[in-house]
Amino acid sequence: MAFSIFKKKDQENKPSETGIFSRLKTGLSKTRDVLNTDINALFKSNRKIDDSLFEELEELLITSDMGMDITMDMMDRIRKRSGRLSTADQVKSVLKEELIALFPQKPESAAPPVLTRPHVIMVVGVNGTGKTTTLGKLATQFTRQGKKVLIAAADTFRAAAIEQVEIWADRAGASIVKHKQGADPAAVAYDAVEAAMARGIDILLIDTAGRLHTQKNLMEELKKIKRTVAKKMPQAPHEVLMVLDATTGQNAISQAKMFHEAVGVTQLAVTKLDGTAKGGIVAAVSSTMDLPIRCIGVGEGLDDLQAFEADRFINALFD
Amino acid sequence: MFENLSDRLDAVFKKLKGHGTLNEKNIEDGLKQVRMALLEADVNYKVAKTVISDIKARALGQEVMQSLTPGQQVIKIVYDEFTRMMGSEHQDLDFGGGAMGGVMLVGLQGSGKTTTAGKLGLYLRKQGRKPFLVPVDVYRPAAIDQLKKIGTQLDLPVFDTSPDMKPLKICQDAQLAAREQGCDTLLYDTAGRLHMDDTLMAELETLKKGVNPSEILLVADAMTGQDAVNIAGSFDKRLDLTGFVLTKMDGDARGGAALSIKAVTGKPLKFIGVGEKSTALEAFHPDRMASKILGMGDTISFIERAQEAVDEKEAKSLEKKLRQNAFTLEDFKNQMKSVRKMGSVKDLLGMLPGMNKKQLKGLDINDKEFGKIEAIINSMTMEEREKYAIIKASRKKRIALGSGTSVQDVNKLLKSYTQSMKMIKKFNKGGMRSLKGMLPF
Repeated sequence: MAFSIFKKKDQENKPSETGIFSRLKTGLSKTRDVLNTDINALFKSNRKIDDSLFEELEELLITSDMGMDITMDMMDRIRKRSGRLSTADQVKSVLKEELIALFPQKPESAAPPVLTRPHVIMVVGVNGTGKTTTLGKLATQFTRQGKKVLIAAADTFRAAAIEQVEIWADRAGASIVKHKQGADPAAVAYDAVEAAMARGIDILLIDTAGRLHTQKNLMEELKKIKRTVAKKMPQAPHEVLMVLDATTGQNAISQAKMFHEAVGVTQLAVTKLDGTAKGGIVAAVSSTMDLPIRCIGVGEGLDDLQAFEADRFINALFD
Repeated sequence: MFENLSDRLDAVFKKLKGHGTLNEKNIEDGLKQVRMALLEADVNYKVAKTVISDIKARALGQEVMQSLTPGQQVIKIVYDEFTRMMGSEHQDLDFGGGAMGGVMLVGLQGSGKTTTAGKLGLYLRKQGRKPFLVPVDVYRPAAIDQLKKIGTQLDLPVFDTSPDMKPLKICQDAQLAAREQGCDTLLYDTAGRLHMDDTLMAELETLKKGVNPSEILLVADAMTGQDAVNIAGSFDKRLDLTGFVLTKMDGDARGGAALSIKAVTGKPLKFIGVGEKSTALEAFHPDRMASKILGMGDTISFIERAQEAVDEKEAKSLEKKLRQNAFTLEDFKNQMKSVRKMGSVKDLLGMLPGMNKKQLKGLDINDKEFGKIEAIINSMTMEEREKYAIIKASRKKRIALGSGTSVQDVNKLLKSYTQSMKMIKKFNKGGMRSLKGMLPF
């Protein structure tokens, strides 16, 4: 993953595996409650593999926001693979494998990428997905690792967005570059890159205004921010992190596609996973777009923003 | 909004239209497609199931109308069903005639409560009420600031909440303050919370008891997936909601949430948020929405908006000018202004029957272009506006300089103006007939 440059430090500061795992499990308890009770009821070991089983499985996938295409596709494969199986319990493991297969495989982490300083991360997404909160939590995690972090308050549109990100910068112990509300966000980003280079900053996080992916002008504005950043520092932004709300339905795919087209999304962050019985959209977007998920939000706390690992996520849902 | 769903349904109906008679087999096929379209539009699984079986029962039942082809008949049944699902008429806010009214906005994080509070304040002021904004979100950083700023922008009074106050105390103090300032409608902007967060949901129950609001509206994101009904159901169970607001309807969400929420809770969808501007809040009309979903257009909303924006006198004088081919650049500008007042061009076109289809995709009329045109015409002398023909190279240069545009921009404007002139002349010559084919009705 592109963020593997931080891995070493990350591991040193990581709470124990069980801690994280149990947090993930509590965070996903609702998802589990619905998915799991359904899954276990569905796959009672003495149950026959028949049409009604498949029908219920299909319902389960659709109601988890997996989307019709993926659901139909997956049902086809599960049906085929189930031909040789005798108990419903075995179908359960097939389902688990198919789910894990939906997430892009992690590339073999070859030689660690050269660390550029500042490492610029631009945070984008539609309104209300949790960009600023995610950015604030990321900033805190980075400063805890001993990184020097700068935040660019480039959401100059929404009332009090600058104040909001300022509070987060304060909490995280990060510095901030801001202009007045209504200022050109590209100018804020430019100044921030300049400041980051001058001050020897490790990580620059750029907070952008939420925008609907269908608003042409606003998407153009986003492209301009990216171009302007690259003008000051070629190769930057090194990451474009798109924040998705887990309660979103099939529209998330349209969002991801159009943001990707505009600014080349490199990673996803999925928020509010603790608030939904679903989360199937996570898999749908990740597999349709072939984009890695960097982190997921499973609660309000700082540590509830967690690194994402597909098998751990699926396991937490099943066990 | 809803473009994608109506596209899908369109394709289904086209197939059905080809059939001479309806039998169980082709209805079954058509309905399978309708079900897929509904599920892809995030209509709740169970709701979709019920709708389909209802439609099927009615399509195969007694309701055979002589005047309709079988395809049309199915469309009518689906239309009726959608309207029934969403409730038939717009339901406005009900303050019960009391001296003090209160609207409590609740919902998940990021659904758009604070923005909606501002928009709703503006809407209520237009209706002659005196709204008072109350920031109750003491959790999210700068949420209070946000509502205060919105209040300043819209010139609406806001209660001076400080972040260390308790939510119930805020609401109670705000009621006194509102009375003192002569306001009659309190808008409580509560903190976002998850519907399964028991502590925070209990807090809302306490607020409800202490505040006794006339309306409790759930603000939900139009892009919400299958969980929309669970969210709505949980909030309704704890708070006995009086209705919903769906936000972010200006995106390309297929709006399944709008169909599902009402069906599951029985509470009406009262408003929809359709844009970033503070005026972008519309009263929700289920019947109109149903015809929009089925691609029948929303002519009523179009006419209403036009009536709001265009002064009748102005319209009459414009008509006269058009008849006499005396449509000047000044009129061109004014015309454009009225259109802009009505909303974005894409929005408007989308309301017309037969227009909200594929042709609108890719058609993006940049609202900024209008600003340019206005600037150019403003930089012209009155004489130039009357007689565009005198605008030659050096005048063009001056106009471009004065409006901060380029000579090319000036040329482009003159060209589109002369084209409209030609169209007007043609119209005056040939009457209505030449207009046919240009307009969809």
